[in-house]
Formats: sequence, C-alpha cells, structure tokens
Amino acid sequence: MSKHFLGDTTVLLGRSLRHITRSMDTIITTAIMPIGMMLMFVYVFGGAIDTGSDSYVQYLLPGILLITVASGISYTAFRLFLDMKGGIFERFQSMPIARSAVLWAHVVTSLVANLISLVVVVLVALLMGFRSSAGLPAWLAVAGILILFTLALTWLAVIPGLTAKSPDGASAFSYPLIFLPFLSSAFVPTGTMPGPVRAFAEHQPVTSIVNAIRALFTQQPVGTDIWIALAWCVGLLAVAYTFATITYRRKIS
Amino acid sequence: MTTRPTTEPAIRVRGLKKSYKALEVLRGVDFDVARGSILALLGSNGAGKTTAVKILSTLLKADAGTVGVNGFDVATQAAEVRESISLTGQFAAVDEILSGRENLVLVARLRHLENPGRIADDLLDRFSLTDAGARKVSTYSGGMRRRLDIAMSLVGNPPIIFLDEPTTGLDPQGRIEVWRAVKELADQGTTVLLTTQYLDEAEQLADRIAILHEGRIIVDGTLAELKRLLPPAEVEYVEKQPTLEDVFLALVGADSTQATAAKPARTSEDSR
Repeated sequence: MSKHFLGDTTVLLGRSLRHITRSMDTIITTAIMPIGMMLMFVYVFGGAIDTGSDSYVQYLLPGILLITVASGISYTAFRLFLDMKGGIFERFQSMPIARSAVLWAHVVTSLVANLISLVVVVLVALLMGFRSSAGLPAWLAVAGILILFTLALTWLAVIPGLTAKSPDGASAFSYPLIFLPFLSSAFVPTGTMPGPVRAFAEHQPVTSIVNAIRALFTQQPVGTDIWIALAWCVGLLAVAYTFATITYRRKIS
Repeated sequence: MTTRPTTEPAIRVRGLKKSYKALEVLRGVDFDVARGSILALLGSNGAGKTTAVKILSTLLKADAGTVGVNGFDVATQAAEVRESISLTGQFAAVDEILSGRENLVLVARLRHLENPGRIADDLLDRFSLTDAGARKVSTYSGGMRRRLDIAMSLVGNPPIIFLDEPTTGLDPQGRIEVWRAVKELADQGTTVLLTTQYLDEAEQLADRIAILHEGRIIVDGTLAELKRLLPPAEVEYVEKQPTLEDVFLALVGADSTQATAAKPARTSEDSR
C-alpha cells in the first residue's frame, strides 16, 4: 500500500489545509497570544528591562517566535484529537490507504499553519520597529531552525493528540512549553537570575535556540549556540517521532 | 477489484475471541454471512457488537479465532480485506468542515478511483443530497449526516459493508431514511453486516438475525426460525391502536422523507 503514500498524504493534506483556511480564527488565535505578550513586554515592561540591545523588540522577537510555535502545536493535537474522536479516523484506517498518510497529513498541516502564524508575528514585530540587517542566508537559517523546532514540537503534539480523552487534555501539554521561554534568555538576560534558576535557564533548549536566532538577526557570530540549538531540535524530533510512531502503531493495530 | 470465490460466504467467523485486560468481550463467536444478504447482529449495549465489527474491519486484532472477509483473512491479508469493505461506524464519520460533496470526493480520491467528481454527484443524487451537496456538513440534520455517511461507504462499491448501529440517535424520519438506504444496498447485491440494539430494526432489514449475548452467539437464524423457538402463537383479539410513531409520522408528514429517498440507484450497476 505504500505505493500510495504520497498520493494519499497529498489528498489528506488538502483536506486539513481546507480546515485551516475555513477556520482562519485558529491561526489568528494562535498568533494573538504571542503578539499580546510582545506588545505587553515591549510597551509595558520593556522600558525597565536592560538587555544591552538598542530596542527591546529586537531582543524579544526570537523568544516570541518560539512561543508562537508552542501555542500553535496545541491546535495540531486538537485537530488530531477531533479526527480520532469523530470516527473519521476509523473510516480512514478501514480503507485501502497508506496507513501513515493520516498522520503525515496532520504533521505537514501543522508545519504550514505554524509558518503562517510565524509570518504574521514577524509582520507585527516589523510594525513595532523590529529591524534586522540580516541577509537572505541568515533569514533562511532562522527559517530552518524554526521549521526544525516546529517539526519537533509537532511530533510531540501527535502523542497527546492520539491518546487524549478530552479536548482539554489534548491541548494542555502545550502550557509548560509556552512557559519554558520565561525561564530562558528569551525575555531577560540570564545573568541576573539566581544560581539554580540560571543554571536551568542556560541549559534548557529555549536559551540556545533563542540565542542562535538572535545572533542570526543581529549578524553576530552564532558561536556554539547554533550547534547546541540544532542538537536540541534534532534530538527532540527523533525522540518525539519515535514515541509518536509507537503510539500510532499501538492505536491502529 | 478483488477476486471473489463465490461458493464461500462473504463473511466467515470462527471461534473469535477478544478480551480487554480481564474483561472477556467475545468468548468464541461463530457466524457466517451469505453473499448479498443482510445479517443483523443483535445485542444489548456492551454485548461486544462494536468489538466484533472492529475486528472484521481490521481496526482491532483478535486474540483467537479466524475471520474471513470476502475470502481474505483479516489478520494476514488486511490490505485485501480493506479493499473489499466499507465501515460505517457508530458515530457518523463525516468531515464537518467540508461540504457533503467534498466528503465524497475525498473518499473517492482515497480509494484511488477515476472521476471522483462524477462519483460524488451520482451518490449525492442517489441519497437525495444534491441540493445540500455544496453546504458544510455541520449544517446537516442527523438523518442527512447518516445518509452522507452511508453514501461515503458506498464509494467504489465495496462488496461488503459494515453498519455499526446506523440509526442510534436518529429521529423517526432519519431512521426510515437509513432503512431505505440499507434495503437498496441489499437489492443491489451488497453484503451487509448490521449491528443494532433495536429489535424492530433487525426485523425490518435483516435476512438473518444473530443474537450476541455474553460474548457468544446464542441464536442465529431467519426471523421465522427465531419465532419458532417460542411456543406457537395464540390467537388473541387486541384492539389495534396506532403506535406513537404512526401518530408522529402522520402529524409531521412522513411523505416528505418518502419523496426524497425513493430514487433508483444508478452508480453501482457497472461495479462488479
């Protein structure tokens, strides 16, 4: 049946992309929370935060982009949950289609939806005065890191999407992910944090990813941060993919 | 299409067992469904009807026993079984955000059929959904949703169809619409395995009735055979009262549903 994998995935992808274009509100909702945070931090707290960079939005955007993805993938889990619950998942599984196509369609949809949200957030940041002198290669590198990060979190989201008993359960897992940037260098430099907090902040994935993106935007040398960031993303992706696939196999057999 | 050895029954179940942890749901189920017939699997809630249907449609693995569907073994030839069947599960498996037509086109594409648009239009016509075809399914009534659900199962004319409690939760008109659709199916030679907890539904639709109770089939026969299990009928004079269903349908007008669902079938003559 795997000869139909690409065709079936494309058909199912068309289906879930229609879901997105017909309920743009989910993408807007996904983007509103990070945009709200960005407004609040830039115009309320930002003036009092000394980051060493010339404008706070400049400093803040990378972290906000990660929060955008973290809140976006809760919809991935939610959409998958709805399919599981509504019976259409069973219909697909009882049809002669490539069995993994159902999952891949959701994954690619998640990638597309998150990229749209990310573009919206970047546009708002530009309106708020974000400027980058980075050239095309640096922007592509930023896009690459964000795509890898989105894929990793998407496969993570597949697990609650397949196993949750309620819609709240399907999306609740994303709350800690949304909170994680607060304990990193996303909002404030880690230098002023007390010892244990600082140790945690400096060794969790968000800090290295944020630092790498920030360096790319400001055309600073990325140093080792980018390798640590890539290692985190690839590692998380591999682990999440493995567990998601195991969960899926268990569900369909 | 798949090859069909015609002597064999369309569905053959022998010694089927399934437990969920300590709970034994199926404890050795045997039954056959002859080609082109309707078997009603009757049982109360939790009797294991849905479990049986899920095993027959390759969604669940059995603990023991053999199941042949269209001559293929569900455990070792799942892909061939899936080519031969369609499942209409307990909850209408339709996409609420897509239109009725888009739902049918989706299934036709996934079955790798040519001309999905024409197949969709034919089925919309056959199930009296042409006018609603462009509308989002979330605006459909329960009966329309079920009809679309069954129409989606007919895409590609699979020789065997599983209907798991197709009328649960429907109003009387919706029920009649679905019954008519099921009878039409059988008229075209499709084999139907129907589960239900409504005795009148089994009586109305089925050629044979199998009663699943505590994990086993306790009776399997035609309605006439089942009736013979009880002492012969005594003649009593009882005033014929209209049932509440008669009254309800008379008041709200069953004609409207009759007019909409009685079209002849067209799409499946060329199928097999």
